[in-house]
Amino acid sequence: MTYQFDFGWLIVSLPVLLKGIRITVQLILIGAVFGVALGIACAWVRALGPKWLRPVVATYVELIRNTPFLIQLFFIFFGLPSLGIRMSELTAANLAMIVNLGAYSCEIIRAGIQATPRGQFEAGASLAMTPFQAFWYVVLIPALQRIWPALSSQIVIVMLGSAVVSQIAAEDLTFAANFIQSRNFRAFETYIVSTLIYLALAILLRQLLAGLGGMLFPRKASR
Amino acid sequence: MSLIAITEVKKRFGDNEVLKGISIDIAPGEVVAIIGKSGSGKSTLLRCINGLETIDEGSIVVAGAQFLPDETHLKALRLKVGMIFQQFNLFPHLTAGGNVMLSQMVVKKTPKKDAEAVARKMLDRVGLAHKFDALPDELSGGQQQRVAIARALAMQPIALLCDEITSALDPELVAEVLAVVKELAAEGMTLVMVTHEMRFARDVCSRVVFMHQGRVHEIGAPEDVFANPRTSELKQFLGVQ
Repeated sequence: MTYQFDFGWLIVSLPVLLKGIRITVQLILIGAVFGVALGIACAWVRALGPKWLRPVVATYVELIRNTPFLIQLFFIFFGLPSLGIRMSELTAANLAMIVNLGAYSCEIIRAGIQATPRGQFEAGASLAMTPFQAFWYVVLIPALQRIWPALSSQIVIVMLGSAVVSQIAAEDLTFAANFIQSRNFRAFETYIVSTLIYLALAILLRQLLAGLGGMLFPRKASR
Repeated sequence: MSLIAITEVKKRFGDNEVLKGISIDIAPGEVVAIIGKSGSGKSTLLRCINGLETIDEGSIVVAGAQFLPDETHLKALRLKVGMIFQQFNLFPHLTAGGNVMLSQMVVKKTPKKDAEAVARKMLDRVGLAHKFDALPDELSGGQQQRVAIARALAMQPIALLCDEITSALDPELVAEVLAVVKELAAEGMTLVMVTHEMRFARDVCSRVVFMHQGRVHEIGAPEDVFANPRTSELKQFLGVQ
């Protein structure tokens, strides 16, 4: 049995593929920025915030961490319209990724905050900072530095997990691959190409996060 | 008129009463050493003066700022008294200069340029002007502690609390920190220090407080307290019979 590889379709399908890449990149950039911001806010609440708010955030975190991402996506896109909340596929995909990353990054960042020596809070307090100022200016950056590798991995996981948004017809890279192979019947070639693109994107994203870490954190500071 | 008025202060951790009614008045410019065994409550007392611990009874007033456990009163109190810790507690992600600038900018809303000028001045005062851009990890323990002193001074407190500030230092680094403290004392800064440096307490302090089991056991001028301890507990603590 001999199989003739054929990548000739690439030229015709390139625009579709590029659009898919653009959407996937857009999804992960928006998801990462707002997801981590949400994670920081939730981590603050769970570690240091008002006591009455903690169970609310804990419920959100456990709900998201113990249900499939695909179901969360379906709920947002197909479920919420029943309540009159309608949105485009792309908005739903963005929202699902933010909500999902928010919950996971909350737990990661919280670990970083809780590993902060008590003396750091006390030093901030003794300089007349409010507890929130001490958190924001003193605790947060070293806390993020502590957990940066774990947080970076989680962001990459969410990026790869974004493939499932093709299920609600958000036109990401996976959607593009499905679309192309249904036209050219070259499943092997199409998926190997999209696999390599995902691989490249993931490596690029890791590099980007490592670079960002280098900018955010001073060279040697660690504790 | 006393600068720091501590009146009948009691503090409990659960069932354990660590401060059993402490009253001390400290005048402006005084340098007070608090000595005593570990567990005698001396660090707790110091932490109460800065509002890092709440008190159960009694009152603490620093230059008219009453210690009450709400954010406004705590801020007013902490703007008057700076604190220096055993473990330095420098902010690891900021340079020495950044450490001294941060609270000025965040708390006092000082413009960055002015905060930097103050930071340079304060670091110069502790002999570390050349370390403005060094990270805490790149400094020795003694240098870190001097940065911590500069950081507290930048807020222009009227009193400084020192909580065993040389206890975590290698012996050869103790002197450089104590020299800075001595200079501050000479300039008239009010200092309250928990310390194990008896020589320093004798040479620099105007009064010595010996604490024992949550009470002020003896208090007086260093020459009296060290030369003529009255109680057996202090004699035992000083190692004289």
